[in-house]
Amino acid sequence: MAHIEEHPILGTMEKKKYVTVKVDGREIQGIEGEPIAAALLANGIKIFRFTHKFNEPRGLFCGIGQCTDCVMEVDGVPNVRTCVTPIREGMEIKTQHGFGKESTYE
Amino acid sequence: MNKFDVIVIGGGPAGLGAAVEAARLGARTLLLDENSRPGGQLFKQIHKFFGSKEHYAGTRGFDIGENLLKEAASLNVVLKLDTRVWGVFPGGIVTAYCGEKGLKFEGKTIILATGASENVLSFPGSTLPGVITAGAAQTMVNLHRVLPGKKFVVVGSGNVGLIVSYQLKQAGAEVLAIVEALPQISGYAVHAAKVKRAGVRILLSHTVKEAIGEKILEQVILCKLDSNMKPIAGTEFTLDADTLCLAVGLNPRVELAALCGCHLIYSPVLGGMMPWHDENMCTSQSRILVAGDLAGVEEASTALDEGRLAGLSAVQKLGLRNFKEVDDEMQKIKDRLTKLRQGPFGEKRQLAKQGIISMKIPKESCL
Ligand SMILES: Cc1cc2nc3c(=O)[nH]c(=O)nc-3n(C[C@H](O)[C@H](O)[C@H](O)COP(=O)(O)OP(=O)(O)OC[C@H]3O[C@@H](n4cnc5c(N)ncnc54)[C@H](O)[C@@H]3O)c2cc1C
Ligand code: FES
Repeated sequence: MAHIEEHPILGTMEKKKYVTVKVDGREIQGIEGEPIAAALLANGIKIFRFTHKFNEPRGLFCGIGQCTDCVMEVDGVPNVRTCVTPIREGMEIKTQHGFGKESTYE
Repeated sequence: MNKFDVIVIGGGPAGLGAAVEAARLGARTLLLDENSRPGGQLFKQIHKFFGSKEHYAGTRGFDIGENLLKEAASLNVVLKLDTRVWGVFPGGIVTAYCGEKGLKFEGKTIILATGASENVLSFPGSTLPGVITAGAAQTMVNLHRVLPGKKFVVVGSGNVGLIVSYQLKQAGAEVLAIVEALPQISGYAVHAAKVKRAGVRILLSHTVKEAIGEKILEQVILCKLDSNMKPIAGTEFTLDADTLCLAVGLNPRVELAALCGCHLIYSPVLGGMMPWHDENMCTSQSRILVAGDLAGVEEASTALDEGRLAGLSAVQKLGLRNFKEVDDEMQKIKDRLTKLRQGPFGEKRQLAKQGIISMKIPKESCL
C-alpha cells in the first residue's frame, strides 16, 4: 500500500528519512517519526494484537490514542499505543498476545 | 514558575483560540496537549471551510491551524506537548504526565477544551481489524499519507462521513458506498453533491448487518431498513471491502470536566453528556470554563470562536482588563457564533445551546 506520494491537496511528499524496524522478527521500513501504526499499515500489516480472553485479532481503530485497540509490544514494553507512538530506527515491534509478555495477569 | 493566569487543556481549534485571546489580553497562558503536535482535529481537515470571512471561508483546516500556532507563539503562549492531563485539584492544581514524568501546574482559571470522541457501532464482526472510525481513516490519510485499505465502505452520511469519503477518493482509494440508516442524508448538501460527483453512491435507509473476515475484514453485509429502522429480511447483500469506516457521530470528552465537578447535562443534539455552561462559557465551577466539542459537538469554526470567547471570558473573570472593553469583544464573537448557527442544521444547535444557557444551575466552587 505504501505512502501516498502524490496528493491533489497535500502535494508531493517531501523527501523523508526511512528507518528499519523489526515486526515479529521481519524487517520493514517506515518514515522516521510517523506513528508505528501508519508504518505497519503502509506495509500491509493490519493485525496488531490478539485479545486476552478470546484470542481475537485487533488492529487500528480510533487512530488518535483514545481506544487502546492498537497496542503492541515495543522494545519489550507491552501496551504501547502504536497509533500515537513515533517509529524510530531499530525498534523491535511484536504482535501482542493478551496483556503482553511482561504482564503479571496471565 | 508553574503558575499561570489561564491554563488551557486541549490544543485543538477551541484550545488554541482560547489561549490566543487570553494571551493577547495579557494573561500568562499555558496550553497543554497530549499530542506531539497541537491542532487537535484541525490538521486533518484538508477541505476548504465555508461561512464568512472571519470564519476563514475558503481556507483549509490545516492552514487555519498553522496561522493559529504562529499567533500563539508570537503571543508567548507557553505550549507543552506530549502532556496528558489526568487531574484537576482544589486551588486550580492541574496534574499531567509527559512520558514517565509527572508535572504540576497552578492556574487561576482553567479552560477545558478536550474535544470529542467518535461514537462506535456494534454489530457482528465490528471488532475485526479493518473496521475503523472515520477519524482514524482521516488521520492516516491526511496526516500520515497512508491509506488504511483499498476498498472502503463508510457508515454515516453526516459531514464527517461525507468529507472523509471524498478525502479517501482524493487519496486514490475506492469508496464502494456510504451507508445511511435514515431516509435522508444527514450532512450538508454541498458535501453530499461533491461525493456523488466523485462517483460514490449513498445508500439511504440501509445499515451494516455484519462484518465478515477470517482474521481481517473481507466483506460487509448490508441490508435495507423499513420506516421504523428495522432490517427488512431478504434485502441483505454483500460488498467486498477491506475497510469499514464508522462515521456515526461524536460525543464530548467529559472525563476531566466531570472530575472537576462541573455539572453535566444531556443534550442529544450536541452529542450527549456535556458540561453545562453559561453564555460566557463558564461552568458550574467558578474556576473552570469550557469550549469547543466538549461544550457540545459542532464544527471547527464554532469550536474556534467558542474558544476565543472562553479566553476573553477568563480574562474578564480575572479582571485583567477593563470589563466593558472585553465585554464588547465578547459580544462580537457571540454575534458571529449566532451567524454560524444558522440554516437547517445550525438552527437546531442554536436552540440546543440556548436551552442549555437558560438552565438555572447553581454555581459551586470546590476547586
Ligand atoms: C474524525 C473527525 C473529523 C472531523 N471533521 C471535521 C470537519 O471536516 N469539519 C469540521 O468543521 N469539523 C470536523 N470535526 C469536528 C471537530 O471535532 C471540530 O472541527 C474541532 O476539531 C473541535 O475542536 P476542539 O478544539 O473542541 O477539539 P479537538 O480538535 O478534538 O481538540 C481537542 C484536543 O485536546 C486534547 N486532549 C483531550 N484530552 C486531553 C487531556 N486530558 N490532556 C491533554 N490533551 C487532551 C486532544 O488530544 C486534542 O488534541 C471532525 C471531528 C472528528 C473527530
Ligand atoms: S487506535 Fe485507538 S488508541 Fe490507537
